[in-house]
Amino acid sequence: MNKKIVGKAFVLGNNIDTDQIIPAEHLVYSLTDPEEKKKYGQFALSGVPPAHAGLPKGQTSFIEGDNYQSEFNIVIGGSNFGCGSSREHAPFALQVAGVQAIIAEYYARIFYRNSVDGGFLIPYESKDKINDKIKTGDELEIDLIENKVTNKSTGDVFSLNPLGDVLPIVEAGDIFGYARQKGMMNLPAGRQVR
Amino acid sequence: MGMTITEKILAKSAKKSKVEPGETIWLNVDVLMTHDVCGPPTIGIWKREFGDAAKIWDKDKLVIFPDHYIFTKNPQANRNVEILRQFANDYNIQNYYDVGTDRYKGVCHVALAEEGYNVPGTVLFGTDSHTCTSGAFGMFSTGVGNTDAAFILGTGKIWERVPESLKFTFNGEIPNYLTAKDLILKVLGDITTDGWTYRALEFAGEGVLSLSVDERMTLTNMAIEAGAMNGIIAADEVIEDYVRKRTNQKYEIFYSDSDAKYLSEFNYDVSKLEPSVAKPHSPDNYDIVRNVQGTKLTKCYIGSCTGGKLSDFVSAAKIIFGNEVKVPTFIVPASTNVASQLEVETISGISLKEIFEKAGCTIAQSSCAACLGGPMDTVGRAQDNEVIISTTNRNFPGRMGSKKASVYLASPLTVAASAITGVITDPRDYL
Repeated sequence: MNKKIVGKAFVLGNNIDTDQIIPAEHLVYSLTDPEEKKKYGQFALSGVPPAHAGLPKGQTSFIEGDNYQSEFNIVIGGSNFGCGSSREHAPFALQVAGVQAIIAEYYARIFYRNSVDGGFLIPYESKDKINDKIKTGDELEIDLIENKVTNKSTGDVFSLNPLGDVLPIVEAGDIFGYARQKGMMNLPAGRQVR
Repeated sequence: MGMTITEKILAKSAKKSKVEPGETIWLNVDVLMTHDVCGPPTIGIWKREFGDAAKIWDKDKLVIFPDHYIFTKNPQANRNVEILRQFANDYNIQNYYDVGTDRYKGVCHVALAEEGYNVPGTVLFGTDSHTCTSGAFGMFSTGVGNTDAAFILGTGKIWERVPESLKFTFNGEIPNYLTAKDLILKVLGDITTDGWTYRALEFAGEGVLSLSVDERMTLTNMAIEAGAMNGIIAADEVIEDYVRKRTNQKYEIFYSDSDAKYLSEFNYDVSKLEPSVAKPHSPDNYDIVRNVQGTKLTKCYIGSCTGGKLSDFVSAAKIIFGNEVKVPTFIVPASTNVASQLEVETISGISLKEIFEKAGCTIAQSSCAACLGGPMDTVGRAQDNEVIISTTNRNFPGRMGSKKASVYLASPLTVAASAITGVITDPRDYL
């Protein structure tokens, strides 16, 4: 696990549901085909109503044109991030778009599990509400050891909740990496741990 | 200190004598369910992680219902069903219900009940957030993503954090103008869409036990709309009778101890509740129908795991009987079994199917259909800035298709009354 994640923030509001993260009509694409899976990046966060996309101003495209990767690699949310369906396509789409971490007050259960067990991105919980203190485009630095995020554009520092029980899974890459480490089952050597 | 039903079932599954909220435990899964949207990626992850010699932990415990994007020309959606078909063939999966055959069932949560997979005291995981529906059978059931499902597929195990429980007791007799949908919309309005993140919702009381199996499933179905891990109702003789007709599997009934610990308890007198709606764009945006009556509609929709069961159509038909609908109205039976029951069930000697046809409704084939929008050619899909009233479970922006559409969620009685007037209408005006 890297010790720091550095990059630009894309700020969203409360209750960002999975239909906003990846609208249901796009759930038909392959998640393994290297070309086809780029579609998930291309349509990541395309369901967010424009007025709420890239706060505080809104009207900010997460993905420009036909690209599949975003210039924003850290998503800032409010409460109940990832509510709605069980679709793992949601954290997957954000990962394809280049998102490495989300910081929100708290998450819907399935989205949180999917992010951790699938090893797509790190879902951090902020100790306090911070989506009104960070602007879209601000340069952030997340310190994964100290559990804090620094807004390099303003100098503000915010505390993050430790990952707790799921830290070993995050460190192992995903649930399969964790299970292999623990010798929990007779898994073949498998992929390189991410 | 005693335990709740949820804690008792999780303890049994984890082979422990006792579990406590907050504890992370490893569960032994009784049934894994998947469908056409999440099945193919689940299979892909399972093959990637377990290699060429990948083995399913227990074939009899895997159930696959294609149900989401079925009646569409979308090539990628059809490819997903083909992947399931191939997988079922390659691995000889008996519990696969293929599209285009008489085994096809429709929406998974309703089919799980009809086909005897819901068994009191067991643990069911599914790659769909509404898997919590099965909790109406006194079992633990919840949704997971593809990775967790792939892990279960190979090991039969999964980690879970034991949830704190909350208890909702419904007292009194349910008036004829209310359904379970009104009850759960009221609960959601009170506790909001993230009120119970990671928690267990237990429903109890005479108001719940007087409900049919279909109606109980409406309550537990929408537990996820509060962010809950599961919804649960203790099994009684109504459930036992339903289960015994469908499976020979042995079952165990659990009850919460009288000294079980709840984070909170809520009591409702159902005789005092009003016909309810969730206004755009969230299931917790509660109001009573009277406050939004007269809102002009472009479409009415009765369908889905929440609102497309037989009891929903019986309710709707009572009001639609002898009337004509004023706006396009879609009738989408959740399962093929419900669809066939529409021809059997009658009011004054006329079948529900005929009542809906005579009223000018469009009756569609069983699937998830426009509940979640789906491919562009999905029947009933929301277009542009439509205003829709629907018996489904979510009205987030774009959920039924168009991001610009406004969706009201309501009971089948309210949707039916609105269909025959073309504006949002209180069902009491037509009962």
